[in-house]
Amino acid sequence: MSENEPTGERDAGAPLAQDPEAYAPTVARRLAFYQRAGGIVTPVLTAVFAFFMGGIVVLATGHNPITTYKAIFEGAGLNWFFHFGNYHIDIPFTNDHVWFWWDTNTNHTAAYNLTQTLLTTTPLILTGLAVAFSFRCGLFNIGGQGQYIVGAIIAVWVGSRFVDMPHLPHILFGIGAAALAGALWGAMAGFLKATVGAHEVITTIMLNWVAYWAGSYLLGRDGPLQNHTDKSIPISDTVVDDAKLPAIWGNPALQALHAGIFIALATLFVFYIVLNRTTLGYEVRAVGFNPEAARYGGISVGRNFILALAISGLFAGLAGGLDILGWQFRLGVLDVQVSNIGFIGIAVALLGRNTAVGVGLGALLFGSLLTGTSTRSLDPEIFPPELAGNLALMIQALILLFVGADLLILYLWQVRRKLRLPGLARAAKEQA
Amino acid sequence: MSTVEFAAKLRDRWPTEELVARIGIVLGLFAFVVALPAVSKHVSWFPPTAREAWWPALIGLTAVGAGIWAASRGVTRLGWTAVGMGIVGIGLGILATRASEGNLGVVVVWSALLSATLVWATPLTFAAIGGMICERSGVVNIGLEGMMLSGAFFGALGADKFGSWPMGLLCAGIAGGAFALVHAYMSIHLRADQIVSGTAINFLALGVTGYFFIQVYGANGTPGDIPRIPEMPGLGFLGDVFGHLNFMIWLSFLLLILAHIFLFRTPAGLRIRAVGEHPRAADTVGISVYGVRYAAVVMSGILAALGGAYLSIGYLGSFSENMTAGRGFIALAAVIFGNWRPFGAFAAALLFGASTALSFRLAQPWGNASVLFQALPYVLTLIAVAGVIGRSTPPAAAGRPYVKQ
Repeated sequence: MSENEPTGERDAGAPLAQDPEAYAPTVARRLAFYQRAGGIVTPVLTAVFAFFMGGIVVLATGHNPITTYKAIFEGAGLNWFFHFGNYHIDIPFTNDHVWFWWDTNTNHTAAYNLTQTLLTTTPLILTGLAVAFSFRCGLFNIGGQGQYIVGAIIAVWVGSRFVDMPHLPHILFGIGAAALAGALWGAMAGFLKATVGAHEVITTIMLNWVAYWAGSYLLGRDGPLQNHTDKSIPISDTVVDDAKLPAIWGNPALQALHAGIFIALATLFVFYIVLNRTTLGYEVRAVGFNPEAARYGGISVGRNFILALAISGLFAGLAGGLDILGWQFRLGVLDVQVSNIGFIGIAVALLGRNTAVGVGLGALLFGSLLTGTSTRSLDPEIFPPELAGNLALMIQALILLFVGADLLILYLWQVRRKLRLPGLARAAKEQA
Repeated sequence: MSTVEFAAKLRDRWPTEELVARIGIVLGLFAFVVALPAVSKHVSWFPPTAREAWWPALIGLTAVGAGIWAASRGVTRLGWTAVGMGIVGIGLGILATRASEGNLGVVVVWSALLSATLVWATPLTFAAIGGMICERSGVVNIGLEGMMLSGAFFGALGADKFGSWPMGLLCAGIAGGAFALVHAYMSIHLRADQIVSGTAINFLALGVTGYFFIQVYGANGTPGDIPRIPEMPGLGFLGDVFGHLNFMIWLSFLLLILAHIFLFRTPAGLRIRAVGEHPRAADTVGISVYGVRYAAVVMSGILAALGGAYLSIGYLGSFSENMTAGRGFIALAAVIFGNWRPFGAFAAALLFGASTALSFRLAQPWGNASVLFQALPYVLTLIAVAGVIGRSTPPAAAGRPYVKQ
């Protein structure tokens, strides 16, 4: 094997030598290829490498990377898991309690930080799924951000304007309406793709910004959704108590973890079931692998494009709804303009290889990173949080960069094959 | 020629469905125009109630109806356009009726609006022409936003540290080129997905500029005495028309003409287009596909960064975190709206610059509703990709990595 040729090229990546279209007609096809190629090792390596590069930047600007990462780790509350003891959890609605290994009292910083991490993880799981689902249909949904904003706007509208509704119906209505709004926002891109063939990347980007400015108008001064009490502040009314999701861990006055995380986890499960065990999922994946073959097999490609993007939007809209009804309770112009939960979903999905488990773990990683570098959690003595927020962005960008590079992964695959790992030999045989 | 013959000829030229759709489009426009105080006051045959909200609504709905009629009878593209125009017409028309008459007349002062339009269009022009060259070579550049932002920061940093604005522009160009080089390496050599890579570039630029901005300037921000790009008088008749304009605005006019000549009248431009349309064929005749693509991507990074530098050291004289705030994406929209042509991209940049300028100038009479004008570029681009003003056709190989054989 010659020196200047990437190692994986010749035998391992035989399809690469052919025409690129034949090798990768759609993004999903290519993904399926290196999903098998990389397994779990490459995402882990990718993340480690990105953190390593981030550490170099920290070091180069005169800070200590090890203490910095330790502070971020503690800021995310992950050290909570290392303090065992003799504690108990109260069982809701009873006076009973059961023994528990960890201390759940959120008066301690670690436990409180962990609730904040999980609070951030909840929408990240959903926006990650929003990207992952359409990816499996061969579509790249960059519109998670817009769908998230639309969901949040609708949730705040339902939560603050429908005052007289009873508790449970109000919550269900709020969440349902948010998810539906997101689904419609996504379906628009799908519709344009299916009918006139407009590229979904372009349309979803445009829809993101339409949502951004629509939110800025609706919640802005004298906008239809601005609050009734102080007209100088561009923020919505607070969601009424009946529409708030129940808190499950921590003090509700200090942003407790809400029941939405169960919804997010359930959605992960639903994602897996729908994709792998239903006709809809089968069709979506078939279109993702090869639209032409799917069409020939009698599958309506356009219908699946619309459905895939609608379901993607449903997930992202749900994320917006849960954030509003779970802990934000109101939405301001600034929230709309600085939020990038939807964009981080892209990194979550790609790092998680568009699988349910991967997205869950990826969301936890990015949730920890975001919380650990936030002004409230990070110890300013060790590393300035203003810098840390940007460090988090850099790490995220590096993960995206490395995760997108097929050849890098093929190269790693080759290295792994030399180590004669059994799973890989099987994958190689399948390829051949 | 009898009337019947004439009607038949007209029908051949313009089938009824198309005619209806076109009328719908005109009506959609009219829905907005009718609500403008300047129009409804001075055109005597308008009913005096034209300033009420239901007029634009009625006309706009007619447009939507005509569009749907035409679309359901086969003239989909024109029909849906009419629908879109009708909806936009209703929205804008109702907004216009809510503004008080006097204010709207005063605010739309043309000269001030024109200069504001040029100011907001210039960064878009640089980035859009860069993005167009990049996409013409077959590499999609979602990272324009990040490259602009890096230009804005490193332009300010260079101008501040070296004490002169040309050095600022140089630093901006180098920084933008460097970010573009990363994108180029990822999408050309490593054959990464170009959308993923571009998104990563946006995040990377956001992180890097934010990090070094705080590391270097801290909470105080950039100093007030940063060397600025100067205003310059135009030569000859240009000076009479425009008077004093920023150096970068003049440069953007020059860039437009150069880009057109470069792309359509030089061998290098032909190579770029060939590589973007059919890389295999280009490779066969001996053009280095990778080389051309690298050059085009880096050039787009440099141009986008110059646009960003105009924002920081040209117009505002300071840098703040994430100051481009989506302008790179408007530039991307301008590339698409302008159908991947220099003059088209420039016209789109002007239009989008005007919508930004209008949004700021109308803030007085309309209040917050004027921010909706900022969404106009995106809405128009959505309508355009849906196939309105002639279908937008991207270069055939855009977004596809090329594998050498």
